[in-house]
Amino acid sequence: MVLTGAEIVIRCLQEEKVEYVFGYPGGAVLFIYDALFQQEQVRHVLVRHEQAAIHAADGFARSTQKVGCALVTSGPGATNAVTGIATAFCDSVPMVIISGQVPTAAIGQDAFQEVDTVGITRPCVKHNFLVKDAKDIASTIKKAFYLAKTGRPGPVVVDIPKDVTAQKAEFAYPQTVEMRSYNPVVKGHQGQIKKALKLLREAKRPMIYTGGGVILSDAAEALTQLTRKLGLPITNTLMGLGGYPASDPQYLGMPGMHGTYEANMSMHFSDVLVAIGARFDDRVIGDPNHFAQEPRKIIHIDIDPSSISKRVKVDVPIVGDVKEVLEDMLRLLEASGETTDKEALATWWKQIDEWRSRDCMKYRNSDEIIKPQFVVQKLWEVTGGDAFVTSDVGQHQMWAAQYYRFDKPRRWLNSGGLGTMGVGLPYAMGAQLAHPGSPVACITGEASIQMCIQELSTCKQFRLPIKICNLNNRYLGMVRQWQELFHGGRYSESYMDSLPDFAKLAEAYGHVGIQVKEPRDVEGAIREAFSRKNDLVFLDFLVDQTENVYPMVQGGKGLTEMILSAEDL
Amino acid sequence: MRHVIALLIENESGALSRVSGLFSARGYNIESLTVAATEDPSLSRMSIVTIGSDDIIEQITKQLNKLVEVVKVVDISESAHIERELMLIKVRATGKDRDEMKRMADIFRGRIIDATDSSYVIELTGNQTKLDSFIGAIDTGLILETVRSGIAGIGRGDRILKL
Ligand SMILES: Cc1cc2nc3c(=O)[nH]c(=O)nc-3n(C[C@H](O)[C@H](O)[C@H](O)COP(=O)(O)OP(=O)(O)OC[C@H]3O[C@@H](n4cnc5c(N)ncnc54)[C@H](O)[C@@H]3O)c2cc1C
Ligand SMILES: Cc1ncc(C[n+]2csc(CCOP(=O)(O)OP(=O)(O)O)c2C)c(N)n1
Ligand SMILES: [Mg+2]
Repeated sequence: MVLTGAEIVIRCLQEEKVEYVFGYPGGAVLFIYDALFQQEQVRHVLVRHEQAAIHAADGFARSTQKVGCALVTSGPGATNAVTGIATAFCDSVPMVIISGQVPTAAIGQDAFQEVDTVGITRPCVKHNFLVKDAKDIASTIKKAFYLAKTGRPGPVVVDIPKDVTAQKAEFAYPQTVEMRSYNPVVKGHQGQIKKALKLLREAKRPMIYTGGGVILSDAAEALTQLTRKLGLPITNTLMGLGGYPASDPQYLGMPGMHGTYEANMSMHFSDVLVAIGARFDDRVIGDPNHFAQEPRKIIHIDIDPSSISKRVKVDVPIVGDVKEVLEDMLRLLEASGETTDKEALATWWKQIDEWRSRDCMKYRNSDEIIKPQFVVQKLWEVTGGDAFVTSDVGQHQMWAAQYYRFDKPRRWLNSGGLGTMGVGLPYAMGAQLAHPGSPVACITGEASIQMCIQELSTCKQFRLPIKICNLNNRYLGMVRQWQELFHGGRYSESYMDSLPDFAKLAEAYGHVGIQVKEPRDVEGAIREAFSRKNDLVFLDFLVDQTENVYPMVQGGKGLTEMILSAEDL
Repeated sequence: MRHVIALLIENESGALSRVSGLFSARGYNIESLTVAATEDPSLSRMSIVTIGSDDIIEQITKQLNKLVEVVKVVDISESAHIERELMLIKVRATGKDRDEMKRMADIFRGRIIDATDSSYVIELTGNQTKLDSFIGAIDTGLILETVRSGIAGIGRGDRILKL
């Protein structure tokens, strides 16, 4: 069948079962938009800024097991997309981004709206392509989807010059992909897996530390089974929340900079540490030299060999897909019938419970002023812990991670690696479109929300009943906290004057806005918001301006050198 | 430690910038990098000379392998291998220097491939040290211009880097 390049692009998206493409039109993609207009299978979500298109597609992908898809024009369309692409790259989110390019003959001529999109995005994509002939579009898009979702996932950019979208070519969607240069390992090495199990069975103080890889590989169930079977303590990174049920007694909370006392102490003093789809980030282990002081054997399961022994030397590396490896482990355990050192484990748990009894997450609530932690707790209660929760970046992000307890994977959407303010609302859009009947909450701050506030308009157009919980402290709170602790309380540019009345702003966009000032009104407001099934409700909570996030491991310090509360200072 | 990394990569436009971009983005060192298509025109072969601790070299090979278009990566300096570099050097060759220059070229098994009444272009191949020694052995005041290709490396005997 002979089609135009633009028609081929859309046919490819149909073949890939893309439900939504998030995008924004412009000159270089006019033919593609024309082809989009003439079909109904792939629905287009018109955002108000290309950054939000990428974030929304990213949120869609994070909340499902699918590849997110976005479409932008050349030049400014592509450059606006870069922050979104880098955000997805840093958290290994599978996405395909199609960008228009100036006509082939104009490339290199400093043409109108020309930028070297492949060059600009190269360091923040898993891979990218420039398609120079319509007959290559189908095979390239097929490869793009394949690359995005296999191995360590990531965003893939396909840049298509305008003339190529007008050219005609024979269309046939390839059924398979053959790439001699790309063959990710899925199955773990059986010898290594056995070695790991042996170490675990002999361990006196074993600990499981898991991350985003468990979510990406859909391995939460296998992980939960294995952890319960072995009876080991477990911690999930910020990217791994929901990988193991937070309400389970074996769960010690999040590790790292704002992790729990018990998780950090257990990481540090374990004698065998199993890292599963987690990459020993500096926000998780603190100073690597301090971390290395305590002798311990490390088992590391990761699909990306370059994640292994990058920051911390690993004793038993296992390259493979988390789910495959964990299922192999379960099978081997079942077959051998051997178990862990029960006695040693009991002693270890006693120690852990002692650490736990410090109750590091307690905070002083108030009748006078709304504490941000309290809002998150109430949100958790009202939604039964079952909402899709997105967040922006800052203090509110940490409180969301600490006080909303995630029992299921893919319920928590945030930017961990790049820490991009502005993702919260577009992530919620993606999640809400993917899960139409489900409650979706966006926990944000008054600064972050303003980085993509224009999307309130998109939410109106597509009737997305998101509940925005703005923890409004009138500060770039996370910046203010560091200035308070490390810069002598000199609050350089971290206070924001002239904030809008967010409730009225939401109303101006056609939504419901509620301002909440009193602690006693918090729960009622949240209930009211969630009872309005069809409305987007913007809850503007005026919270304590001086509240800080604890516990905290300062940059450059070790995991055991935590500040547990303001009294510790 | 100095390492010579050989790799096969799809011969696509932009392949070189993916490799060089990786080195600059991650702060790895490049002493030299050479690239050309192989006997199979769909593949290019690169030889990269780099310096780093064992940990860094391990990361470099892993990161190179991770590039989607890279087919194979080998650190050929891990065992017996051969390195060669080509140098073209233009020198002043007048009066008594003219004979002396020819003599030095002969000693180093270089070839004079262009001559005018006042200059020679000498072609020299060898490993890095040999080329350096040649430059050290002649009067540097006579050097008009040099160009070096960077190292090309290959394993000895059975060590073969092929698809
Ligand atoms: C303000 C702020 C504060 C933060 N504080 C903390 C904190 O206190 N604690 C914390 O934990 N984080 C914190 N972070 C997040 C931190 O920056 C990192 O993003 C995060 O810790 C990385 O999580 P991860 O190790 O799970 O790796 P991810 O980035 O999720 O990487 C996933 C790993 O799994 C691997 N993988 C992917 N797919 C598979 C598969 N199928 N099979 C096997 N392996 C796979 C990948 O190769 C990679 O190595 C903070 C971020 C911000 C912005
Ligand atoms: C795009 C971007 N710019 C700057 C930063 C640095 N930064 C991190 S947190 C923060 C403050 C966020 O303020 P707010 O959204 O009000 O959240 P709060 O910390 O007050 O809860 C800033 C500026 C960032 N992460 N992202
Ligand atoms: Mg704030």
